[in-house]
Amino acid sequence: MSEFLSDQGINAALKVRNLDFYYGDFKGLKSVSMDIAEKKVTAFIGPSGCGKSTLLRTFNRMYDLYPGQRAEGEIIFHGSNTLDKGYDLNLLRARVGMVFQKPTPFPMSIYENIAFGVRLYENLSRADMDNRVQWALEQAALWTEVKDKLHQSGLSLSGGQQQRLCIARGVAVKPDVLLLDEPTSALDPISTAKIEELVFELKSTYTIAIVTHNMQQAARVSDYTAYMYLGELMEFGVTDELFMKPKRKETEDYITGRFG
Amino acid sequence: MDARYQRRKFVNGLSTALSGLAVTIGVAGLVWILATLFIKGLPAMNWAFFTESTPAPGSEGGGMANAIVGSLLIVGLTTVVSTPIGILAGIYLAEFGDRSKVASVTRFVTDIMLSAPSIVIGLFVYALFVTTTKHFSGWTGSVALSLIAVPVVVRTTENMLKLVPGSLREAAFALGMPRWRVSLDVCLRAVQGGVITGVLLAVARIAGETAPLLFTALNNQFFTWNMNEPMANLPVTIFNFAMSPYENWQNLAWGASALIAILVLLLNVLARVVFQSRSKS
Amino acid sequence: MSQHMIETEAAVQAAMKRQAEKSAVFLRQDRIFAGITFSFAALVLLVLFGILVSLMIQAWPAISEFGLSFFYSTTWSPSTGEFGAGIAIWGTLATSLIALLIGVPISFGIAMFLTESCPVWMRRPLGTAIELLAGVPSIIYGFWGLFIFAPLVQEYIQPWMISWLGDPFFAGPPLGLGVFTAGLVLALMIIPFIASVMRDVFETVPAVLKESAYGIGCTRWEVIRNIVLPYTRVGVIGGIMLGLGRALGETMAVTFVIGNANRFALNLFAPGNSIASTLANEFAEADATLHIPALFGLGLILFIITFVVLSASEWLIKQGERKAGGR
Repeated sequence: MSEFLSDQGINAALKVRNLDFYYGDFKGLKSVSMDIAEKKVTAFIGPSGCGKSTLLRTFNRMYDLYPGQRAEGEIIFHGSNTLDKGYDLNLLRARVGMVFQKPTPFPMSIYENIAFGVRLYENLSRADMDNRVQWALEQAALWTEVKDKLHQSGLSLSGGQQQRLCIARGVAVKPDVLLLDEPTSALDPISTAKIEELVFELKSTYTIAIVTHNMQQAARVSDYTAYMYLGELMEFGVTDELFMKPKRKETEDYITGRFG
Repeated sequence: MDARYQRRKFVNGLSTALSGLAVTIGVAGLVWILATLFIKGLPAMNWAFFTESTPAPGSEGGGMANAIVGSLLIVGLTTVVSTPIGILAGIYLAEFGDRSKVASVTRFVTDIMLSAPSIVIGLFVYALFVTTTKHFSGWTGSVALSLIAVPVVVRTTENMLKLVPGSLREAAFALGMPRWRVSLDVCLRAVQGGVITGVLLAVARIAGETAPLLFTALNNQFFTWNMNEPMANLPVTIFNFAMSPYENWQNLAWGASALIAILVLLLNVLARVVFQSRSKS
Repeated sequence: MSQHMIETEAAVQAAMKRQAEKSAVFLRQDRIFAGITFSFAALVLLVLFGILVSLMIQAWPAISEFGLSFFYSTTWSPSTGEFGAGIAIWGTLATSLIALLIGVPISFGIAMFLTESCPVWMRRPLGTAIELLAGVPSIIYGFWGLFIFAPLVQEYIQPWMISWLGDPFFAGPPLGLGVFTAGLVLALMIIPFIASVMRDVFETVPAVLKESAYGIGCTRWEVIRNIVLPYTRVGVIGGIMLGLGRALGETMAVTFVIGNANRFALNLFAPGNSIASTLANEFAEADATLHIPALFGLGLILFIITFVVLSASEWLIKQGERKAGGR
């Protein structure tokens, strides 16, 4: 098999090889192999329960919090397999950020929400921290809206603003990869449009993997798209090609809305 | 058919009336007890009540100053000690030992300790400390009360932490945050209102506890700040004075009872207010 | 690869190195933190075993002196140095059973009123009032019972019961203080505990279930009898056991009104003693040779009885929750 992006001269931030995932006895992912291209947006689509979120959660090993869930295979990140037993999870998660379906601001001020994560791994001066917070909020296109109320609770923002705050929080620690797990499914159309714009902006600096149940969204924001079904990677390719002329009939059925 | 319907209606009406009666009895009990306390206790709360120490047998006047200070010291120390212990143990149950055997046994034992007879806890502390140090003291009183307060704090902390949405916890881990900071800075902070409520309820619970202090702090007729001595405290003083033949002692006991009741009810109300205001925001 | 790319790669490597060092610190801190929280949790376990062991050790002289008869003999005489737990066990059980007989129906009525018939606007204030009743310290119940309640019982309730019910349980003279009055005060004390548990388990009944019963024309009482009670039976029994556990170990509410007499009598109007009241009254003046060990022996019996009752209650309430799909 030489269809991996890394074999075509494209840099891969994550290389997934023969990945199996188990919820207890249930096999949630079946031998998934693919590359996540560096500084590009990769979208995962498929009907609910197809394993797209599961796959995303193996990239930062979030599943480790839950006994009974385990992954086998390889995910190569910076040259080593993150699934190895002794792999440093704190480090992995500091390099691979994640934004969730529902906004999850911490119960603290807007400023602290961002500074908190930065302070974990860096000792910045007061001024540097202020700059970093501003930079992160600008990256998340939130700065103008909150610059006068940085010390209000993060919970006081609207849903869309909270989600951008979470993106800013993820960006502030300068990760390599950002994982977005259906980041707009709980938001209104205007907030959704803002987040999509943001994803487009961010890909110049970060590798982005986004799970979405919205095919138009995948088509709009992503460079590569993976279609998954029943825990298997059915088709993976350049987004335009996958949507214009899917190679497999199942993919076509799904994207044309005949199924799913 | 009609007679049967009448009978069903009658039974229903009767059951409703009886349940209303039950509520009336419950509420009347509360009102009756509180009214008694206010009527008998408030007149006893004069200036001397708060400034003078307990009177000697047969002598006039006197107050509860030594018992008030003793209670404040003992309960205060208990709160300071048992809050962190209870919160940390609660964090273990909710965040670390979620499914482990130790955690489920501890959870079970905590629930038992919540309702365990407090007098037995007094006996235990007596056996452990008073027999070895050969004297009663305010310290041992605090130890006994801590054993009662800790399970309350453990239980509320765990229950509150269980309410933290999994996504918030995941979001914290997703930043590479170490587990202890996730627990303290994110989860605990998210439910601090509930945890404060738990602490307030624990204080309310121990403020009127008498039985465990009988064998530990004992009592002291004189004023003292020294927790290494037997220490006067409101509940034990009430017990001794109420059973005494002297009328001024009994009046002081009513005053002290009213004081404790007001304090405990205020704490209960405060706990509810804190919980509601914090869980709304 | 451009110069720019190499620089960023180096920067990333440096950041990763720094983060890895921090992360190693975090791992150590996590281990320490887990250790601390674990040891505090284990402390609670340790205390339980500590109580059991220390009570056994302290009680041993009395148990070895009197043998098994310590657990049933009805002689308790500090002056002659003979001790048996019979009177105190009888007093404990009798007061608790009276409390349950009176408290359970009232608690049930309160829970039923709060969940089914109460107007919505009254639900919270009434529920709070009942919970506040649970917060009143037991010494206040005892004090109130001694000065206010017992005289009323003596004057109005007891004479009437003596003439109507009489021997062997309700024989004169009406003294006011005694096992019966202690049971009444205890009942008032445990009502809020049982009522709140019952209310909570009643609320676990799915609304659809009740609605479908109302839908076929059931009256409120029929819904409670045929739907709510069968559905919540296990939890309700658990709540009653919880109340029993509280009643068995209650000290102050009982000590004030039980009369403190070490005579065995089936007559509930006679003064008696419970385990807790004996401890509260005699411990301070007991001598160390046999009296204190005997008192520890009483404590041990009380602890074991309440442990069993509370364990059963805990288990039943959990079962009830599970059935209701609580967790």
